[in-house]
Amino acid sequence: MITYLSNNSETVLAALRQHITLALIPVLLGFLIALPIGYLGVRFPWLYHPLINVAGVLYSIPSLALFVFLPVILGTKILSPLNIVVALTIYTVALMARTVADGLRSVDRLVTESATAMGYRRLRRLFDVELPVALPVILAGLRVATVSNISLVSVGALIGIGGLGQLFTRGFQLFYIEPILVGIILSVLLAGIADLIIVLIQRAVTPWTRVQRSRA
Amino acid sequence: MNLDYLFDGAHWDFASGSIPQLIVSHLWYVLLALALGTVIALPVGLYIGHTGRGSFIAINAGNAGRSLPTLGLLMLMVTLLGLGLLPVLIALTVLVIPPILTSAYAGLRTLDPGVVDAARGVGMRPMQVLFRVELPMALPVLMSGFRSAALQVVATATVAAAVGLGGLGRLLIDGLAVNDYSRVLAGAIVVAVLAVLLDLVLAFAQRWIVSPGLRASK
Repeated sequence: MITYLSNNSETVLAALRQHITLALIPVLLGFLIALPIGYLGVRFPWLYHPLINVAGVLYSIPSLALFVFLPVILGTKILSPLNIVVALTIYTVALMARTVADGLRSVDRLVTESATAMGYRRLRRLFDVELPVALPVILAGLRVATVSNISLVSVGALIGIGGLGQLFTRGFQLFYIEPILVGIILSVLLAGIADLIIVLIQRAVTPWTRVQRSRA
Repeated sequence: MNLDYLFDGAHWDFASGSIPQLIVSHLWYVLLALALGTVIALPVGLYIGHTGRGSFIAINAGNAGRSLPTLGLLMLMVTLLGLGLLPVLIALTVLVIPPILTSAYAGLRTLDPGVVDAARGVGMRPMQVLFRVELPMALPVLMSGFRSAALQVVATATVAAAVGLGGLGRLLIDGLAVNDYSRVLAGAIVVAVLAVLLDLVLAFAQRWIVSPGLRASK
């Protein structure tokens, strides 16, 4: 495996770079899109169940099918990385919209009522009180979305652009396990590091969750 | 892009490569993986949840499992073991173990400790506490983990076609190979419908096996 890596370092690095870009841009985009959608599901309670059901169906579309279809719908080229980005953004939104809604719903009524009593208007209350309190739930969802995006990118290799997934298809075609192993290990490591970064961010931005735990 | 392939009656006759035959082979992969995954993950999850020993494994299994790329694992297994049911089964089982294990653990851990103490107090032995109190009460959480495992494996079983095996992924891979988008669309729709139907069946099963006493308390 070491010899494979040293002989193919440039290919592997290029695949890794592509993998990171293809996985993380959709996480950011999906997160930003899911925030208002999840909020709507809380603001208008009758929207909550339809929202969850649509998200569930979107999530059950096989990634390969989505990768293949988006060029037809968007008019992009089949080999355009944009297809992967849009597909993974859809999955991220499907996953995060529900988490955002659940997170906001989990905020104690007393907390929102106190905020209202203190004179917070709806929008300021949302950003200053409800979102921060819901953050642990939302960030837990973000971890799931990030990790599953990183592992889904490789399916794109079946249509020619899949970051580390290209190492899988190459190894599979050549009947050669080194590239496959390198791809799997790097993909898992990448997911682990991304996950750890989100955990650290969470610890930094929600210090109160730690205080509660140490008291209990 | 159109629905011609899906609605062409000839594709629905039960023959090799027809839609019903692909549904059957797809469901076969899904059910085997779910069964094998449950046999492995459920006892481990229950053990960890019941004893509290090894919670670290249960908490991290979820993320570790999600981060393993199924396509890579499948291609590795086929390269090592050759083509067949076994490599697909291994790759898909690895996918379903984490949600089942984590939810079995979480189901037991989030129970009211008072209930477990009461069960012990009335003289139940550890196994009775586990099977008559903890497991029935943890079923709602456990079933939600099982349902998300089922949803994932139905969508992911399509990758079996990428290494030359069957299942509904054939429609995607073969359709793509000959630029027949109508066939790819048929595959995507059938997989999504199958996932929704399976979830419905499991939702009914959940209503049926979860004690009415638990529903009333909500």
